[in-house]
Amino acid sequence: MTHILIRSLDRGATIFLIVVAAIAIAVPVLNLALPDSAALHVPTYLVSLFGKYACYALLALSIDLVWGFCGILSLGHGAFFALGGYAMGMYLMRQIGTRGVYADPLLPDFMVFLNWKHLPVYWYGFQHFPYAALMVVLVPGVLAFVFGWFAFRSRVSGVYLSIITQALTFALMLGFFRNNFGFGGNNGLTDFKDILGFNVEAKTTRAALFSVSCVAIMLGFLLCRAVITSKFGKVLIAIRDAEARTRFLGYRVESYKLLVFTLSACMAGIAGALYVPQVGIINPSEFAPANSIEAVIWVAVGGRGTLTGAVLGAVLVNYAKTFFTTGALAPYWLFMLGGLFIAVTLLLPRGVVGTLRHWTAPWRDRASAAAEDGVTEPLPAE
Amino acid sequence: MKALTSALLYLDGVTVSFDGFKALNNLSFAIAAGEMRAIIGPNGAGKTTMMDVVTGKTRPELGDVIFDGRHNLTRLDETEIAELGIGRKFQKPTVFDSHTVLDNIELALKSDRRASAALWWRESVGERRRIDEIMEIIRLTAVRGRRAGSLSHGQKQWLEIGMLLAQEPKLLLVDEPVAGMTDAETQQTAELLKEINRDRTVVVVEHDMAFVRDLHVKVTCLHEGSVLAEGTIDQVSANERVVEVYLGR
Repeated sequence: MTHILIRSLDRGATIFLIVVAAIAIAVPVLNLALPDSAALHVPTYLVSLFGKYACYALLALSIDLVWGFCGILSLGHGAFFALGGYAMGMYLMRQIGTRGVYADPLLPDFMVFLNWKHLPVYWYGFQHFPYAALMVVLVPGVLAFVFGWFAFRSRVSGVYLSIITQALTFALMLGFFRNNFGFGGNNGLTDFKDILGFNVEAKTTRAALFSVSCVAIMLGFLLCRAVITSKFGKVLIAIRDAEARTRFLGYRVESYKLLVFTLSACMAGIAGALYVPQVGIINPSEFAPANSIEAVIWVAVGGRGTLTGAVLGAVLVNYAKTFFTTGALAPYWLFMLGGLFIAVTLLLPRGVVGTLRHWTAPWRDRASAAAEDGVTEPLPAE
Repeated sequence: MKALTSALLYLDGVTVSFDGFKALNNLSFAIAAGEMRAIIGPNGAGKTTMMDVVTGKTRPELGDVIFDGRHNLTRLDETEIAELGIGRKFQKPTVFDSHTVLDNIELALKSDRRASAALWWRESVGERRRIDEIMEIIRLTAVRGRRAGSLSHGQKQWLEIGMLLAQEPKLLLVDEPVAGMTDAETQQTAELLKEINRDRTVVVVEHDMAFVRDLHVKVTCLHEGSVLAEGTIDQVSANERVVEVYLGR
C-alpha cells in the first residue's frame, strides 16, 4: 500500500492535502473557540456555506476523474449526487420519529399526509446509519454500472453519451417529482432533526459536518490520485487521447470506462450525502439537468484533468454564485455563468490551474516531471 | 480445433462495400507464418480496408478471415483480435500524445490487459529490461522522458513500431511506415522491419516503391478490392495490367 501512497503524492498533491487539512481544522476552531466579536471569528452561516461548497468540490472531483482523465463528458453526475443525497435524507427522515408534525413513530410526515398506512419496503433499514451509508454509495454505483454497461458496450461516446446522461438525470427528476414514487414528491425530504444523535442545527454539528466534508475531499482526492497514477490511470488517459488505438493494443476499453464511471458515481453519491444534512433539504430539483451542467463548468473553470482545479473551480464559481445572486445582479447570474463558460473556453482552455501549470512548466523541468508521475493535463477541451 | 489452413493469415472471398461501392471484392490471399509480405496498389485499392477487416474494425459482408488456422477473425472484436497476437500500425502515426515515450511502450508491453490487473500493476525487472531493449531498437532512449506528442513525425512512426514490438504479436500489420520519412529514415525503417521479421510475420502496406524494393519480399498488388498480381517486385512491376493501373490509360 505504501508504494501507492508514495506514487500518488507528488509535491502539488501534498501541498493540496495540507491546505485542505488546515482548513478542515482552522474553520471549526475559529467558529467554535472564538467569541462572536473576535475579528477572526467565522460565523456559523459561513461554515455551512463552505461545507456546501466542499460537497460540490467532491462532486467536481468525481466529474474530473471521468472527464479529465477518460474523456467521458457526463452531464448527469447531478443524478448520482442527488441519489446519495436522498439515501442520506431517508436516514435523516427516519430519525425524526414522533417529533414530526403528525407524530407517527414510523411513517415520515409526507406519507401520513398522503394517507399511507405502511412504510414502503424500500424505506426499510434506513433507520440504521450503516445501512444508509452503504446505500449512499451502492445506489449511485449500481445505477452507473447498469447505465454504463449498456452505454459503453454499445460504444456510445462523445456528445451522444453526454445527451443520454442528461436524459438519465431528467428522467429521475420527473420520477422523484411524483408523490407515489415515495420520496416526498416535489417537497422532497426536509425538517431533519438529528444525525447520529446530534442535532443537525447545532453549531458543533455544522462544524463537524464541515470537517467531515473536507476529509471526504482529501480521501476522494487521494483515491483519484491513486487511480490516475496507476497503470489503470495511464490506460484511461490513453483512451481519452486515442480510444481506437487502445483497443488495438488489446485493452477492453468498455471495462475501463465502466469501472471508472462507477467509481466516480459512488464519489458523487457521498458528496450528495454530506450535502443534505448541511443544507437541510433534498428535493427533485437537485436532479435538474442544469445542475449537472453547472458542475461540469466548475471543472472547466478550474482546469480539466488537474483534480486540484476541479476543487478550486467548484469553490470559486459557487462563491461567485452566492455573491452575485444575493445582490442587485441576481437576475443576471445565469448570463454571467454562461459568459464565464464561454470566456474560459476561449481564453483559458486549460482552466485556472491548468494555465498556471502550463506557465510554470518551464521552471519545473517539464520532461522529468512528466516522466516521474506520467500524468499530464489533457489538451484543451474537445 | 484442427487447423483449417497452414497459413498464418488466410483471407477467403472477403467482400466489403460502403454504400454500394465495393472496397473489397472477393479478396483472397494467404500469408505464411514467418513471411514478410508487401501489399501495394493505387489509392482506393482497398489496402487499408483489408487491414480494418483483419483487425476487427470493419466486418465484411461475405468471406472469412482465418488466423493461425483456427480463429475466424470476422466473428471477433478489436480487443479479442489484439489478444490473439495481431498488432497494427496505423497509416497516420497514432501514439498517445500526452503520455511519455516510456509510458507509450509500457502500455503496449505484453501483459494482463484486464482493468483489475492494471489497477495493481507494478513494473517488474524483466519488464523494465524489455522496455530498455525496445528503446534501443527504435533508437528513442535519449527522448524516453519526453511527451510523445512532441516527437518528430519519423520518431512517432518509430515509437509506434516500438509499441508493436512491445505487444509481441505473431503478426504485424504495418500501414505505410515510411510516409513522410527522409531517405535515411526510410532505409533504417526497412532494416528494422527485416529485423522484426526474423521472428514475426509482417504485412506491410506501402506506396513507396523504392522502399518495397529494399525489402526484397513477395509483393501483392491490389486493385479495386481484389488481387491483381502477386510475385517478386520485378515480376509485379513488369506485369502489364499493374503498369496500366498505376499509370492510368
